Amino acid sequence: MPWSRDQLAQRAAKELRDGYYVNLGIGIPTLVANYIPEGMEVTLQSENGMLGMGPFPYEGEEDPDLINAGKQTITALKKTSYFSSSDSFAMIRGGHIDLSILGAMEVSERGDLANWMVPGKMVKGMGGAMDLVAGVKRVVVVMEHTSKEGAPKLLKACELPLTGVGVVDLVISDLGVFEIDKHGTGPMKLLELADGVTREEIAAKTQAAFV
Amino acid sequence: MVKKVFPDAGSALEGLAFDGMTVMSGGFGLCGIPENLIIALRDSGVKGITVISNNAGVDGWGLGLLLETKQIKKMVSSYVGENKEFARQFLSGELELEFNPQGTLAERCRAGGAGIAGFYTKTGVGTLVAEGKETKVFNGETYVLETGLVADLSIVKAWKGDEEGNLIFRKTARNFNPMMATAGKKCVAEVEILVPTGELDPDAIHTPGIYVDRIVKGEFEKRIEQRTTRKRENA
Repeated sequence: MPWSRDQLAQRAAKELRDGYYVNLGIGIPTLVANYIPEGMEVTLQSENGMLGMGPFPYEGEEDPDLINAGKQTITALKKTSYFSSSDSFAMIRGGHIDLSILGAMEVSERGDLANWMVPGKMVKGMGGAMDLVAGVKRVVVVMEHTSKEGAPKLLKACELPLTGVGVVDLVISDLGVFEIDKHGTGPMKLLELADGVTREEIAAKTQAAFV
Repeated sequence: MVKKVFPDAGSALEGLAFDGMTVMSGGFGLCGIPENLIIALRDSGVKGITVISNNAGVDGWGLGLLLETKQIKKMVSSYVGENKEFARQFLSGELELEFNPQGTLAERCRAGGAGIAGFYTKTGVGTLVAEGKETKVFNGETYVLETGLVADLSIVKAWKGDEEGNLIFRKTARNFNPMMATAGKKCVAEVEILVPTGELDPDAIHTPGIYVDRIVKGEFEKRIEQRTTRKRENA
């Protein structure tokens, strides 16, 4: 059985460490906040200018001046600080954030990431993704293993416009977990399989080379 | 003495808006946008403008109002996914678009306001945004040269301000406003609360009044894009 969205988030939460400053992308990565292990102190950064992001507000307590990078209403914590966008990206670009978890349309076996544009079709933009993958110490991708049409997303080389070159450390898909030696020349390594998924099945749905 | 306080957004833009101008507009999504000045800019009838803003508003609100009236010729943004009219105008070729990574956009505004012509960043190296730009290797890593941005006019929104133009922002409504305030040849700020000079704690001021040419007290809708809540029993 492939992992569900929540199981993916749960698996991604295993990458958290006590004391980490973490930026979570939109979608499944946002769910990782629900699985921070008890007793572990993790501080969430929101690139629109906040460190120490709290849960969604109670109904009736939404504050239009307090949103996350997905434009959702959120709350503050005791430790929260607010800052400008340039301070926020100084934090990100300057290597002060420990971990970034984000989604992907394609990842290559060398750790290249594409997640912001489909030429001629989708006009959304990269937001903060290019800065995050260039500056954050460790980058974890959480994604479906194949596209809606069933095409592999783990490729030898990305076909879509890139978000970053050689930036991804770990890919968690609904079928398994891969480690990427982004600074070296070694192949991608299959670390884990989702329950009931075979090596043959994952190989058939993966274009990238792995061991 | 020069009076910075104007009675309304329309009069605050008088003499500052002209066809073909470049405007920086603060805010992230609909959070911390200069609602009143965007409407005043629309009503000024100015055409062919380039707007530098992280996002492009939504259909019918924020910068979406200026897209509806086709007053915008070009947008410089990092993310524009919330606006159907934007997508339509862009895909049909009516609107120019320059995507900047969000951090690069923020730093370009900061640099422009600080008199820094350019800076090197790792963001975007090897991607479309680095195409045609100079690169340089520092300590074995490749960086791309990005330039500082200056606008003819910046419009920003703060929570509190005084008659000197000193500004205090609130929570995540700060976002791009402080840098954009520094990077406009002229800057007009709208605030929720306007107080006499001397009432703000000087240690608490985020944007010193030197950057702000005109200030106006606005009326705000403060729309929420994604209203997300939790139930009390789950607390």
